[in-house]
Amino acid sequence: MAFSAMKEKYSSQVHTVVLGATKEEGGTRDYTITVGGEGALPFLHFEGEVPHRPVVALEVWDVVPEWHESLAPYFGDVYNDPAAWAKKCVMEYNADLVVLRLKGADPDVADASPEDCAKVVKDVLAAVGCPLIVLGCGNPEKDSKVLPAVAEATSGEKLLIGVADQENYKSITAACIVHNHNIIAGSPIDINICKQLNILITEMNLPADRIVIDPTTAALGYGLEYGYSIMERARIGALQGDKMLAMPIICNVGHEVWRSKEANASSEDYPAWGDQANRSILWEATTAAALLQAGANILIMRHPKALALVKQNIEELMVPTSFDD
Amino acid sequence: MALTGLEIFKQLPKTNCKDCGHPTCLAFAMALASGKTSLDKCPHISEEAKETLGAASAPPIALVKVGTGDSVVELGDETELFRHDKRFYHPTAIAVLVEDTENIADRVAEINDLNFDRVGLHYEIDMVALQCVSGNVDTFKAAAEQVAANTNKAMVLICEDVAVMEAAATAVADRKPLLYAATNDNYEAMTALAQKLECPLAVKGNGLDNLAELVDKITKLGYKELVLDSGNRETSQVLADLTQIRRLAVRKRFRTFGYPAMTFTSKDDPHEEVVQASVYVAKYAGLVVVKASKKEEILPLLTWRQNLYTDPQKPIQVEAKAVAIGDVTPDSPVYITTNFSLTYYIVEGEVESSKIPAYIVPVNTDGISVLTAWAAGKLTGEAIAKALEENDMESKVNHKTLVLPGYVAVLSGSTEEATGWKVLVGPREAAGITKFARENFA
Repeated sequence: MAFSAMKEKYSSQVHTVVLGATKEEGGTRDYTITVGGEGALPFLHFEGEVPHRPVVALEVWDVVPEWHESLAPYFGDVYNDPAAWAKKCVMEYNADLVVLRLKGADPDVADASPEDCAKVVKDVLAAVGCPLIVLGCGNPEKDSKVLPAVAEATSGEKLLIGVADQENYKSITAACIVHNHNIIAGSPIDINICKQLNILITEMNLPADRIVIDPTTAALGYGLEYGYSIMERARIGALQGDKMLAMPIICNVGHEVWRSKEANASSEDYPAWGDQANRSILWEATTAAALLQAGANILIMRHPKALALVKQNIEELMVPTSFDD
Repeated sequence: MALTGLEIFKQLPKTNCKDCGHPTCLAFAMALASGKTSLDKCPHISEEAKETLGAASAPPIALVKVGTGDSVVELGDETELFRHDKRFYHPTAIAVLVEDTENIADRVAEINDLNFDRVGLHYEIDMVALQCVSGNVDTFKAAAEQVAANTNKAMVLICEDVAVMEAAATAVADRKPLLYAATNDNYEAMTALAQKLECPLAVKGNGLDNLAELVDKITKLGYKELVLDSGNRETSQVLADLTQIRRLAVRKRFRTFGYPAMTFTSKDDPHEEVVQASVYVAKYAGLVVVKASKKEEILPLLTWRQNLYTDPQKPIQVEAKAVAIGDVTPDSPVYITTNFSLTYYIVEGEVESSKIPAYIVPVNTDGISVLTAWAAGKLTGEAIAKALEENDMESKVNHKTLVLPGYVAVLSGSTEEATGWKVLVGPREAAGITKFARENFA
């Protein structure tokens, strides 16, 4: 029997979100980045548009991180200078954009004030021309003070700010509305909470095309499949017309992977797992490659070599395909 | 597209004769639809109905076996496009490529050594793929024999020259290698060879259109132990091809594509290869042949496969039995966690790396994590008391202090009450265990 391709016809597509604003648009970025817009499951070009390729970001911290020693050759010289660090991510390692994690705001780390945090963000913005993602320290109470201060100090830049959860979304959403930023809505591997939070945020009148969702993803080997399936379900829902699940997806890959034993265990302690340096790079790249297949739009990476591998993979996956009708 | 009970009912004699053991034809149809009985239980069914219903009740993707004995690799027999709809059944087989001009014994020893233990699971490479690059019949045959002599793993023999293939395949036919491949140019002879040796046969097309034609020609020759390769090697196109093959087989019951699919990585850099292969593991390959063969390259790939093929409905559990980590003494601390495999092994890894010997007591929560178990009322003071008692912890240690996961600090009071032990609230995340252990137990 002759083969005739089966093409799904979807009624809807993923929202597009524009990250960053140029001078004309009220910000200071050299360029903007658009994510989302897919009208098909990941990279199935033959049945729908994939107008914007997924992008990869590298992580910068506002305090010297206690990262694995194998990362020091790449960033060790800039650990104490977030602006120089950000510059290196873009200029040397070809990151599409930079994520600034305000770890120093954590009361258990440096308890940096909202004003100090805002200053670091401005320094980084001055150092690079790419759009910027700003993440809080993870302490919901502190983040609800720090992130609005950052939003105000960078008004009009269209940062992507997060992570807002069910506890603290109100103050962060309000700040994003007033100062023209995008928001990351985080949910704990739960598609209902994911949808609910999107509804709550849009009800505050932040348009849906200013929201990116973080469904929470684990590292390879540590429950990656849970987040993977939540993302697949959300993406299918989006294509079938569920507007409150149709936001682009961001995944915190590097942060999760570098907590795993496989990324950190030394070659000497675990000879049966092979070389640590290469193992950690592949642990990160494989996690990212898996998440791309579930619909990730923004991947936050840590190791420059993992980032390069993922960029290469994205480039290959963006090659158009078609089947005759 | 399985048939509904009513659709099956229409094809039955509708005599309600009860010969099948069911009170009515409708009851029999319903039982058939849910897979509880088989069509041959009805002695009166027409040949025509048997054919229609038989085809509809056959699995959408055939199960194909490569190899023999304990090392047999089962490919195909999948029923879903998304694991959340039910589950994936037969994990993508990974074969490592060896060329017949290499030092076979060394390469095979290296591949045999690609086995891993992590989080209580054992992973290993499934197959050795031997490619004929010599073009020489004796070289290929000798290499195949050497692979067979040096490993029990299932084999793939790669050679499109039927004469060269015949010598090697015949020599190791008792190992049931996958013969790669029947093509437009050789399919008649290659199919005859596979048929004669009763070995599974890979079909390599030149795109999906050509693959469909070729498969139909081969099945007309009477052979159906097939594995499909679209012949494309570009990542994006292979993803499209694998998706079409799976979709058409599962959703449209397109019999031509009702076989497991395979592909090869095309990248030369082993890191890029692993990433490329991860795509194919995610999206529907039954078998991927890779060149990468270092431990640090294969472990991530096999881990991704393991993750993807777990049953989403069934959390993996560990036995709810106290485990001693390191050289424990009666003074060693006691950590409480749950028997959800992921939770347990993360805790175990952290306790291990704290280098302070300790007991871990996994409470039986039916394999769910700490917070979920607490919310479901499965991690309670009583449950912890029961776990301590069943594991006879009072005789293993000379103290009565337990470490409770930080997320369930709220259980402190009820736990102290139910157990009579003192509660020390541990970190919320396992990652904090080392710091916690050094502060409290060093």
